[in-house]
Amino acid sequence: MAQVVVVTSGKGGVGKTTSSAAFATGLAQRGKKTVVIDFDVGLRNLDLIMGVERRVVFDIVNVISGEARLNQALIRDKRVDTLSILPASQTRDKDALTKEGVARIIEELAKDFDYILCDSPAGIEKGALLALYFADQAVVVTNPEVSSVRDSDRILGVLQSRSKRAEEKKDPVKEHLLVTRFDPVRVERGEMLKLEDIQEILSIPLLGVIPESESVLKASNTGTPVIMDAESQAGQAYADAVARFLGEEKPHRFIEAEKKGLFKRLFGGRAA
Amino acid sequence: MMSWIDFFRGKRKEESSASAAKERLQIVLAHERIGRTREDFLPKLQQELVAVVARYVAIDPGKVNVNLDRGGDMSTLAIEIELPAPAAMRMAAGAR
Ligand SMILES: Nc1ncnc2c1ncn2[C@@H]1O[C@H](COP(=O)(O)OP(=O)(O)OP(=O)(O)O)[C@@H](O)[C@H]1O
Ligand SMILES: [Mg+2]
Repeated sequence: MAQVVVVTSGKGGVGKTTSSAAFATGLAQRGKKTVVIDFDVGLRNLDLIMGVERRVVFDIVNVISGEARLNQALIRDKRVDTLSILPASQTRDKDALTKEGVARIIEELAKDFDYILCDSPAGIEKGALLALYFADQAVVVTNPEVSSVRDSDRILGVLQSRSKRAEEKKDPVKEHLLVTRFDPVRVERGEMLKLEDIQEILSIPLLGVIPESESVLKASNTGTPVIMDAESQAGQAYADAVARFLGEEKPHRFIEAEKKGLFKRLFGGRAA
Repeated sequence: MMSWIDFFRGKRKEESSASAAKERLQIVLAHERIGRTREDFLPKLQQELVAVVARYVAIDPGKVNVNLDRGGDMSTLAIEIELPAPAAMRMAAGAR
């Protein structure tokens, strides 16, 4: 059975698209047939982060309106052959997405894929609601920061009340906490919320902690999901999170501040 | 010019990824800006092409693949139409 996984947060700019790209690539690298859908109609960005922007012909709205077939709109990744991307429309507005249309697409994708990842837009409006509606599991992306934690709590409430599983009174959507842009140094200084505090407040299982890392920007510059940068801490942290998602036990890494030597303190340099 | 301290911090690599970003943005935005003033013609182009081919050969609309690669100076559009019976092949050349 295909699993529908929404990557959501409520708050904007916390790392949903970065995480969707990394997660989808990670699952596909492990041989899972994976498709990642951009639900951010009007502001698509997943294509850039995945590095396929030059190959977009059709998008999810073309498929819903019958202008293109699903297999024509799917972009097959050239690096990982079990990975496909379904882009959002850049020109249409959000009303072009309908529940029936999305249902049809997900039903058809479920025949061919093991994992269907939905990259949610920010907010709790139509696009975000549709992205989470069909979810079996949710990756809630949260930054160690008050407004992000509050919005994550809000989106957890929406998952528990307005998802299809909730409406049909089925088993609830399985929730995972993914803390991103975590800066152990600032946490140690008391400037950022501690991991334990976030977990205590949201009380959902912790899937992973992605450190604040320069490699994320580098990855988006070149259109390479950061998980492909096996040298980088962010890439390794995403790989660990994917492994945990698939049931493996992995200790959390990169959550303690590194003791900096004199050289590093003089010359700066942050986590790779 | 980069300063010696940038050199030690390994800024050189960063610069090249930023220039990759600029190049990618220039290409994709050039195409998007055209699309803003003009309706996206690709869906229609594809439908019409398929309709023309369908006049000559019985094709399965599900077996039509459209591949686009946008470039700075040039883009390539590859439309791959799977043609069924060999007899029909003489009548229509695959649009590629
Ligand atoms: N671990 C990280 N370290 C450093 N920067 C990061 C990290 N994760 C994300 N970012 C940066 O944060 C910004 C927002 O990321 P992203 O686009 O993934 O967020 P989003 O939640 O999808 O945003 P939106 O709500 O607009 O869709 C980007 O500039 C990205 O490079
Ligand atoms: Mg996003």
